[in-house]
Amino acid sequence: MTAAALKNEMDTTGFNHTKTWQKICTKADLVAFSGVAAWFETASGPAQVAIFYLPVDPNAATLPGRATELYALDHFDPFSKANVIARGIVGDIKGAAVVASPIYKQHFRLADGQCLEDESVTLRTWPIAFKGDAVWIEG
Amino acid sequence: MSAKNLSAKSGSAKNLPAKKLSMQTTSTQQQLIIIGNGMVGHHLVEQLVENGALERYQVTVFGEERHRAYDRVHLSEYFSGRDADALALCEEDYYALSNVELRSGEAVIEIDRAAKEVITDQGRYPYDRLVLATGSYPFVPPIPGNDREGCLVYRTLDDLDAIRAVAETATTGVIVGGGLLGLEAANALRGLNLDTAVIEFAPRLMPMQVDNEGGELLREKIEALGVQVLTECATQRIEDGEASRHRMVFQDEKILETDLIVFSAGIRPRDQLARDCGLEIGERGGIVVDNQCLTSDPAILAIGEVALWNQSIFGLVAPGYQMAKAAFSTLVGGDTRFAGADMSTKLKLLGVDVGSIGDAHGNQNPGARMFRYLDPIKQEYRKLVVSSDGKKLLGAMLVGNNGVYDTLLQYYSNGIELPAEPASLILPQSGAAPTLGPGALPETAMICSCHNVSKADICATIDGGAEDLAGVKIATKASTGCGGCTALLKSVVDYELEARGVDVDKSICEHFAHTRQGLYDIVRVEGIKTFTDLIEKHGNPDTHRLGCDICKPAVGSILASCFNEPITDAAHIPLQDTNDTFMANMQKNGTYSVVPRVAGGEITPDKLITLGEVAKKYSLYSKVTGGQRIDLFGARLEDLPDIWSELIAAGFETGHAYGKSLRTVKSCVGSTWCRYGVQDSVGMAIWLENRYKGLRSPHKIKFGVSGCTRECAEAQSKDIGIIATENGWNLFVCGNGGMRPRHAELFATDLDDEQLYRTIDRFLMFYVRTADRLQRTSVWRENLDGGLAYLKEVILDDSLGINAELERQMQTVVDTYQCEWAEAISDPEKLKRFRSFVNDDRPDPSIIMTSERGQLRPA
Ligand SMILES: Cc1cc2nc3c(=O)[nH]c(=O)nc-3n(C[C@H](O)[C@H](O)[C@H](O)COP(=O)(O)OP(=O)(O)OC[C@H]3O[C@@H](n4cnc5c(N)ncnc54)[C@H](O)[C@@H]3O)c2cc1C
Ligand code: HEM
Ligand code: SF4
Ligand code: FES
Ligand code: FES
Repeated sequence: MTAAALKNEMDTTGFNHTKTWQKICTKADLVAFSGVAAWFETASGPAQVAIFYLPVDPNAATLPGRATELYALDHFDPFSKANVIARGIVGDIKGAAVVASPIYKQHFRLADGQCLEDESVTLRTWPIAFKGDAVWIEG
Repeated sequence: MSAKNLSAKSGSAKNLPAKKLSMQTTSTQQQLIIIGNGMVGHHLVEQLVENGALERYQVTVFGEERHRAYDRVHLSEYFSGRDADALALCEEDYYALSNVELRSGEAVIEIDRAAKEVITDQGRYPYDRLVLATGSYPFVPPIPGNDREGCLVYRTLDDLDAIRAVAETATTGVIVGGGLLGLEAANALRGLNLDTAVIEFAPRLMPMQVDNEGGELLREKIEALGVQVLTECATQRIEDGEASRHRMVFQDEKILETDLIVFSAGIRPRDQLARDCGLEIGERGGIVVDNQCLTSDPAILAIGEVALWNQSIFGLVAPGYQMAKAAFSTLVGGDTRFAGADMSTKLKLLGVDVGSIGDAHGNQNPGARMFRYLDPIKQEYRKLVVSSDGKKLLGAMLVGNNGVYDTLLQYYSNGIELPAEPASLILPQSGAAPTLGPGALPETAMICSCHNVSKADICATIDGGAEDLAGVKIATKASTGCGGCTALLKSVVDYELEARGVDVDKSICEHFAHTRQGLYDIVRVEGIKTFTDLIEKHGNPDTHRLGCDICKPAVGSILASCFNEPITDAAHIPLQDTNDTFMANMQKNGTYSVVPRVAGGEITPDKLITLGEVAKKYSLYSKVTGGQRIDLFGARLEDLPDIWSELIAAGFETGHAYGKSLRTVKSCVGSTWCRYGVQDSVGMAIWLENRYKGLRSPHKIKFGVSGCTRECAEAQSKDIGIIATENGWNLFVCGNGGMRPRHAELFATDLDDEQLYRTIDRFLMFYVRTADRLQRTSVWRENLDGGLAYLKEVILDDSLGINAELERQMQTVVDTYQCEWAEAISDPEKLKRFRSFVNDDRPDPSIIMTSERGQLRPA
């Protein structure tokens, strides 16, 4: 699918002229406890997004902070200047879910993109959610 | 200063970045000149640069040698492959970037104290403070003929170039002088393939360091290496030879002919400049300095081998560094003083351990008592010099085995009371040698000598808030120099933390309160097969139980070592580093490398053609690696499955270059083709590579197999090295190349094929089971309590009774091997991950390549 075709499929139900919710892929495209990358035409231009899926077992006693299942943040790694974040290892450090850059191993918080090793660096994040089995992102 | 030099100087300063220039407020800056750009002079420059003293001083350094300061201690490595750049003590632009003027190849010929100027053949330079760091020169005995061509010394890189040039057309060489340096030089000549002899005036070798018994043992060992040793030989004259270039004639008119002569008859301080300008000089040479390193002229300091402190010259680099620190302190008004230095040393000379501590001869302490131990079979000699009450160690001498050196040095330098039977310290031990526990060390014990950190400093740091080893390292810099003290530092820090009731945290990360070995045992004993299971049952309940990039790959590796399920199975994917996930190494621009296995480095022409065709089709950069195979770089994520399909169709399989697992078994050509070969090294290499391929381990593993003792495959730098003998194979273990090279140690000799692989099975499985994460066999071995002897007991004598189990485990791994790439390309579910974007087929548009030497590389 080309980006143009993708644009045609975009759902523009949002009432906001700049940001829209768009359908990106389905649950089957995701890898549990890991990441995939997606191409995303945002209101402010194209972006490569890393999507992480951390399924929550409905039967297990959920720990605080572990309610969120989906995260969307920059695929671009500012340290190596390569598009690789989705290929990092997911984990939790000091109570927050994080991804480690596969190149120089800095950690980024999934919820807000904050880099744990360097306060001045944050990755962009986007609202993301399941609608049924489809994965939607707003941007 | 001449006009010429003035202009040259200000000219060069103009070219420096403005930031540096702003520090040059010349009106307040003093001129500091350092004569000598050797090890100690350079250390002083580093002190000045690191501690911000350049605001106060404009520094100019004169070096007579054309090379910038280099590591003279490791000079001999110039013959074994380190060039001048590798030996240099700093980067080429260090001086320029630090705003220090280095004038290499310009010797100072005079000091004008009245005018406060130094003079070279290029000009006069004014100084406010002057430091002499001119080192020493080799003493050449006044023998007629000592200046003949091919009569050389051993001190500088240029000396070594001269020796190498003469050696090219020589077959024999003689070293005059059987001391430390002489024996080192003898080793170098031997390395240049010369028949080598050592001539010593005294009745024994190393007269300064060892006694008669020790000297005799040393002679036996050195002669066994094929070096001739002649003691009590006084050369009378050197003249033209008949069979060789020179003839040396001795006191009894005996003669020895040789092509090359190297004098190593001691060193003398280079104090001529100081003599000429009237500074106080010691009776037997050396510039007299006080504990501030000031000479008799308070504007002038002297440091290093040229300085005479308290009637002593210190011919070692560590005391020189301490003088440099004291001199720095004097220059900036600090209060660090030079307080003398211990001359204890341990060395390996021609492969023979020699150690000397304190009063090794026992002749400086009247009433001292001695203990001696001599083993004529193992050729080991040890001597203790003990105070008359038997309580203190005054000195010690070791030949043939330095195993107890560290312990003895702690007794000596800290005045620790000896055990009731001091002899027990030098008697052979059954089991591991006794070591002093960290608790027994006094507060003053020096833990890191590079950074002058004592046990008391460490305790103070801990009391000041340092919570762990990392904290102590940051605060004290301990173990960030040579690294030799790492193990000792860790044991002291652990001990002190435990003594303060701090639980020393040995956990792998915040998710598991276990070491890697602990996790391994849990996995094996409970048969746990997934990470989720493990963290549910044994993880720290206070975390989100997601794991992290420390514990996940470690557990992934343990699971693979134990059960060998494909790492691309859904349960294992999230555990892997990207390299394992995509079965390729990620390069710096996000592309991957493709490395098929070429077992033993043997490859058919057809396979070579396939590699070339695939590389061409997918625009891959190709490089032959040190592991005797071919790497293809720059593969895009989405191309990986197609590339591998083509390779697998041509009979290739994955090379595991991405994994912590067996890399390659390097081999030489071996007996099939080579006229020296005694076994088929290629055949063995291929067989072993196929046996152990795919074995997941704490770190990567490399093998080498050589077909004869010439060792072309460099097997002794590998984790497992195998060298063919007439009767079978010699096995070496725990070698390493890379950043911290380590020679592999001989583990077993003359093994037949089956003994060989069974020993390796056990060795590898024991390593996999007990090593820490990311610990190569070399580091594992160095940290193994009991060392090589213990390892031999476990693997060869089955002292733990686990060998059958280790072999069984290895057989499981061997039997369950499957090529991960073959497995992945046949499974569409697994192939899903090999695309840049889940919703778009385009490749990552930001990967940009350019071309260089006819191939692509990242832009
Ligand atoms: C082969 C070898 C092995 C050694 N092994 C060890 C060891 O294992 N352990 C150990 O502790 N020590 C060892 N040493 C000794 C150690 O190298 C010296 O103690 C150390 O280098 C002394 O440093 P230095 O700066 O005082 O003198 P040097 O390193 O000799 O530097 C003096 C420099 O000053 C220059 N110079 C002299 N006069 C002038 C002048 N008028 N103008 C300009 N420049 C001048 C010289 O050319 C020289 O480059 C070894 C030495 C050798 C040669
Ligand atoms: C006494 C010393 C040595 C002898 C007599 C020797 C002899 C040989 C011979 C006869 C071959 C066969 C090659 C052919 O005929 O094409 C060979 C190959 C080889 N040797 Fe040596 N060798 C010696 C030392 C070394 C050393 C020290 C190294 C490496 C550090 C080395 C590396 C190699 C390599 C890599 C090959 C493989 C052939 C190739 O790639 O060209 N050799 N050697
Ligand atoms: S190690 Fe021996 S057998 Fe192998 S290539 Fe070298 S000389 Fe030949
Ligand atoms: S002794 Fe500590 S780093 Fe060298
Ligand atoms: S890149 Fe090869 S050793 Fe570091």
